[in-house]
Amino acid sequence: MTKHAFATSTLLAASLCLSAGAASAAEINIYTTREPGLIQPLLDAFTKSTGTKVNTVFLKDGLPERVAAEGASSPADILMAVDAGSLVDLAEKGVTQPIESATLNAAIPAQLRDAKGHWFALSMRARVLYAAKDLDLASFNYEDLADPKWKGKVCIRAGQHPYNTALFADYIAHYGAAETEKWLTGVKANLARKAGGGDRDGAKDIMGGICDIAIANSYYVGLMRSGKGGADQVKWGEAIKVVLPTFKNGGTQVNISGAAVAKHAPNKAEAVKLLEYLVSDDAQKIYAEANYEYPVKAGAKADPIIAALGELKIDSKPLTEIVSHRKQASALVDKVGFDN
Amino acid sequence: MTSHIAAIGWRKKRSGLRWLVCAGIVATFVGLPLAGLFLQAIQGSPGLWAHLISTILPAHLVDTLILLCGVGVVTTVVGTTTAWLVTAYAFPGRRILEWALLLPLAVPTYIVAYAYLDILHPIGSVQGAIRWWLGYSSPRQFRLPDVRSMTGCILLLGFVLYPYVYIPTRAMFVTQSANLIDAARTLGISRHGIFWNVALPLARPAVAVGVSLALMETLNDVGAAEFLGVRTLTVSIYTTWITRSDLPGASQIALLLLLIVVGLVALERWARRRQRYSADARRHRSLKPHCITGIKGMILFMLGFTPILIGFAAPALYLVTEALKRVRFAGLSPRLQHEAVNTISLAAIATLVTILLGVVIAYTNRLRPGAVSSWSYRLATMGYAAPGTVVAIGVLIVLASVDRFIDRTALEWFGLSTGLLIMGSGAALIYAYAMRFLAISAGGIDAGLSRISLSLDHASRTLGQSPAGTFRHVHLPLSKAAITAAGLLVFVDCVKELPATLLLRPLNVETFATHLYGEAARGTYEEASIAALAILLIGMAPVILLSRIGRETR
Repeated sequence: MTKHAFATSTLLAASLCLSAGAASAAEINIYTTREPGLIQPLLDAFTKSTGTKVNTVFLKDGLPERVAAEGASSPADILMAVDAGSLVDLAEKGVTQPIESATLNAAIPAQLRDAKGHWFALSMRARVLYAAKDLDLASFNYEDLADPKWKGKVCIRAGQHPYNTALFADYIAHYGAAETEKWLTGVKANLARKAGGGDRDGAKDIMGGICDIAIANSYYVGLMRSGKGGADQVKWGEAIKVVLPTFKNGGTQVNISGAAVAKHAPNKAEAVKLLEYLVSDDAQKIYAEANYEYPVKAGAKADPIIAALGELKIDSKPLTEIVSHRKQASALVDKVGFDN
Repeated sequence: MTSHIAAIGWRKKRSGLRWLVCAGIVATFVGLPLAGLFLQAIQGSPGLWAHLISTILPAHLVDTLILLCGVGVVTTVVGTTTAWLVTAYAFPGRRILEWALLLPLAVPTYIVAYAYLDILHPIGSVQGAIRWWLGYSSPRQFRLPDVRSMTGCILLLGFVLYPYVYIPTRAMFVTQSANLIDAARTLGISRHGIFWNVALPLARPAVAVGVSLALMETLNDVGAAEFLGVRTLTVSIYTTWITRSDLPGASQIALLLLLIVVGLVALERWARRRQRYSADARRHRSLKPHCITGIKGMILFMLGFTPILIGFAAPALYLVTEALKRVRFAGLSPRLQHEAVNTISLAAIATLVTILLGVVIAYTNRLRPGAVSSWSYRLATMGYAAPGTVVAIGVLIVLASVDRFIDRTALEWFGLSTGLLIMGSGAALIYAYAMRFLAISAGGIDAGLSRISLSLDHASRTLGQSPAGTFRHVHLPLSKAAITAAGLLVFVDCVKELPATLLLRPLNVETFATHLYGEAARGTYEEASIAALAILLIGMAPVILLSRIGRETR
């Protein structure tokens, strides 16, 4: 390395090292496990109308640990996460604070937010069935996944993935742990390949003839069919048809993406304002459409690709009850060797 | 006269002591996050082990061991045979192979795994071509076995990680005294026999170092294993931590994993405890390669090219086509420029720091051999063995406490709150990189130093040089190549690093690796392929430099 290059990189690194902690009063800092590029247009619009700058950092595992370690000095104002379990985790770790907002309470149905205001859902996604185009299948029950007639025909991602443990936890909420264990053993016996990969692999593997049906999230259908993920994914999306499955005595299992105000938020007032903005009619539409999700606010519309999947009948079990079973669900996955 | 000698002796002891203290500090610095992990672990996780042992632990432990053994065998075989091929034989294209064999280093394993999943999928190009050739119209009529398997994972990781073995082994072959090999030839041993009976046994420490690095990379990998459906202990750590929100339990499994790695390394050291490998100070005459031309030469070239094709060329070609599709569709994002600056400057600074610390550790180990320095060495190199995210959590715990301490002290003394100084700054990342990759720098520098005869140290010290002076005037010139090589390896690893970067980086700061991860998270894989290609390009430059160093040492 030449001396000049060395000096330049030292300067650059020094400026990088010192860039932290320079947050001024009129800024909101978001820590998010949801890729922030998706909602950047909304954040830009918020900055434009209020003059408040919004900074983001996309974290994955370890968001609660980082906020907890930073403690009272944490610059985080808003914590965003996907999966209800993760939001409840944040509240249980004590890194959130209760928010009393008439706007938020009016916009978000009670079963989609914490009773004390520690977290709020901003969008919903359903755990749906992808099926080969030529299958004659108009409706489907989650219970059927264990039906021996699907032996060697089911694809699914790792059972330990939060999207699946949430579905299994919902099953526990309906039938109890013992029945769920039997069901999981049956589903495991039906798998066409090892549980693993991502949800989109379900569509890809159906197209590749590896399996006939797959369990996956609803928004991937939009991401694939819209062409946002590139030309190949359009083919995967077109190779499947989508059925909204239900429990025999309930509806379709949904999960959420949501947000909480950090316990030590330096700009609490602004943070609440941003959340309230995100549940306004316009923002809800954009927020949901950005990732092909269902809006939480009644009256806001989903993207046409998602709306075309059929009417969503949300399962009756409340999120908080489902979430309370998630550790048990994870233990059952290990017990039946679902991912082995 | 006596008092003069005594004074020199005393000074010698004292100055060596200074290095020892420094090494102790460096080791503590690396050990702290592991201590943080330990503190997490002892908070306890009731029922975890009973649950694990009765359910997944036996299977995951067996899978982990199979994966480690498999990758160990593949990297050893590929790494040593290619190293011998380009050292012992001269054939058309050998010069190209010499450096091209390093190229897989530039690609993170998770990218290679993703590329192969796509290339070899039933709807991918390879199987499509086979179906077309055999006259089948749909994958439902004909398809090959799934790559998502243990065998797939072993082969893939093996062919990406073999350069860790190739580099030190080739260096050993090249610098090995040709006298021994000539002696063997005089005794009528074939080239084949020389490889097995002379060259390979002499290169064993180098192979051991290389394989242990490759195995630690394997244990660190989560992405490739997840894509390929292989459940290792590393996956159990994640499940316990993320799905069951049990960080103490996850820390316990992480420590168990660390114990396995330390055990493996110790076992290898123990197995060759009676052997000493030293070289004399004279210049080596290197082995004269055997010329092979014609068809046989071409076969040798193809043999050497195969690992490059599998570990680099095929996935790189895939990335280039995917990235081109995207550029044609949406153009180049202006973000890439900032990300290039962030990626390169963070990696460059971290490399300098890591090399400095590595020198302290490795040189002290030479200067004051003994329990303290060897333990510092071992502790300092452990950061590489634990999974990246888990290490990052340890770093988080340590830095946050330091920040809180500074904040409290400043508040007490000056009535001024400093808030967070290190957390969420570039310094936190550099700390994490240095602690993760010190194993590479200390190990590489140690190997370089061990080839310098101790009699040079004695001569220099007798002539009145201090330890630091001896290092500057004697060791540095002689081990420059080894130090630079270690630096380049650390740089490439910093560029590829994902989990710690993701968790610890400042607000609004992205590197290529985090950009890639973000795009993958929202499913825009073609856009991600541009970032992946950028990582690969940045990684290639040091890799090519690395090969030139190898050539100069001859």
